[in-house]
Amino acid sequence: MAIITSLAPSDVIELNPMFLFRWEDAQNAYVLLYPEGLVKLNTSAGEILAAVAETTTVGDLLERFTAKYNNEDIAEDVLTFLETSHERGWIRVKR
Amino acid sequence: MNAAGSESNADHPETGDVKVDGRGLPLWLLLELTYKCPLKCSWCNNPLDFDRYQDELTTAEWANVLRQGRRLGSLQLGFSGGEPVLRRDLEELVGEATQLGYYTNLITSGMGLNPTRLAALQRAGLKQIQLSLQACDAELNNRLVGVDAYAQKIAAARAIKAQGFPMVLNIPVSRYNIDQTPELLALAEDLGVEYVEFANLQYYNWALLNRSDLLPTREQIARAEAAVGEARARLGRRMTIYFVITDYYDTRPKACMKGWGNIHLTIAPDGAALPCQEARVIKGLEFPNVREHDLGWIWHESPVFQKFRGEEWMREPCRSCDERGHDYGGCRCQAFLLTGDAANTDPVCSRSPHHHLVEEAVMAAMAERPQQRLIMRQRGLNLV
Repeated sequence: MAIITSLAPSDVIELNPMFLFRWEDAQNAYVLLYPEGLVKLNTSAGEILAAVAETTTVGDLLERFTAKYNNEDIAEDVLTFLETSHERGWIRVKR
Repeated sequence: MNAAGSESNADHPETGDVKVDGRGLPLWLLLELTYKCPLKCSWCNNPLDFDRYQDELTTAEWANVLRQGRRLGSLQLGFSGGEPVLRRDLEELVGEATQLGYYTNLITSGMGLNPTRLAALQRAGLKQIQLSLQACDAELNNRLVGVDAYAQKIAAARAIKAQGFPMVLNIPVSRYNIDQTPELLALAEDLGVEYVEFANLQYYNWALLNRSDLLPTREQIARAEAAVGEARARLGRRMTIYFVITDYYDTRPKACMKGWGNIHLTIAPDGAALPCQEARVIKGLEFPNVREHDLGWIWHESPVFQKFRGEEWMREPCRSCDERGHDYGGCRCQAFLLTGDAANTDPVCSRSPHHHLVEEAVMAAMAERPQQRLIMRQRGLNLV
């Protein structure tokens, strides 16, 4: 699948400060809360956003996941999710 | 009001939205702190006999509701009313809610909201503010709300943004203000709000009394939708615009509250627990009160919350309809108000044998008006 990339490896990304991201025991999942809405994240999405919450560059984050799972192919999935998150305004590029 | 909001679930990061699995939890908790309000809106969704409910929960009682709600799994919390800012303990309750881990939303007219209180609310951890605005000129706005409010509302909007809160501008839409859609969008852009919600009125309580006068025409709605479309194209991600169409013009009902007793729980000022804000319009239901019952029992066990939960209660045409899992049969309150029986299919649905009632109401509204002066929200009006 071709991805139109709006994020560069050197971009420093962070969670949109308007959103509240945290673990929720009752859902056994990470959740993202924002004005009039909420998102329950699956395991991988939660793990990626938890990494974003530490504020990092796109490149570092992709490397981290590639290394952790010892799998080069995972980078594309992670990037796709970051793009989607960016598109939805969950994360933003810190200028 | 788009009370249930837009839940989505990034179940598969690659594929996008799936509905939140509430797993039977009241994810949305709405506290109506008071029915008192300085405004006199002719579409108010508080009960017609709102002034009968003087016995508001105390600070300690609300705090107890907050703790029980979190234990049940509530996440999104709305402080509403009436005008919640009239409660002097609002900051204290926001602080308690923040500590418990809620995402806190304030739903306000802006009356009484000044920079001092906004700063205190921010210190208490308030996350976002939904401010209502009825028009973009003082004359119309003040006429619609029955008091001199416009200048205060605009000042409140600017103060909210100056304080750095994300903000939803909520515009209750009727025939009187819908033609201002382009100007309202321009005002929202100027105020720098993140979300604009054009909330076409839902016809319960005061709005139902004034339905013939308030209902916009199809042509008005089409023009407003076009203006919204243009603004969306122009503004992109800078501003999210919700446009909730009047369900009277639809042929399928709204998925009201995402189902009765499914994800939403309202606590009225006197402590009555309601599956939605309007549920008191349904006669013959005994709503449990948080002063007498544990919130867990109310949600899981009480007869009222189970009455229209799931699909067992459904009749035809809902029972065999393949869309029942999508719209839950529509709105129980609307079914009661228009057909006299809350277990009927919402008559907005073109498959309902009562759908003609909705069509006739629209025709009557178009033919008869201006039929009467708007009946403004007021005390002592006991039409029920």
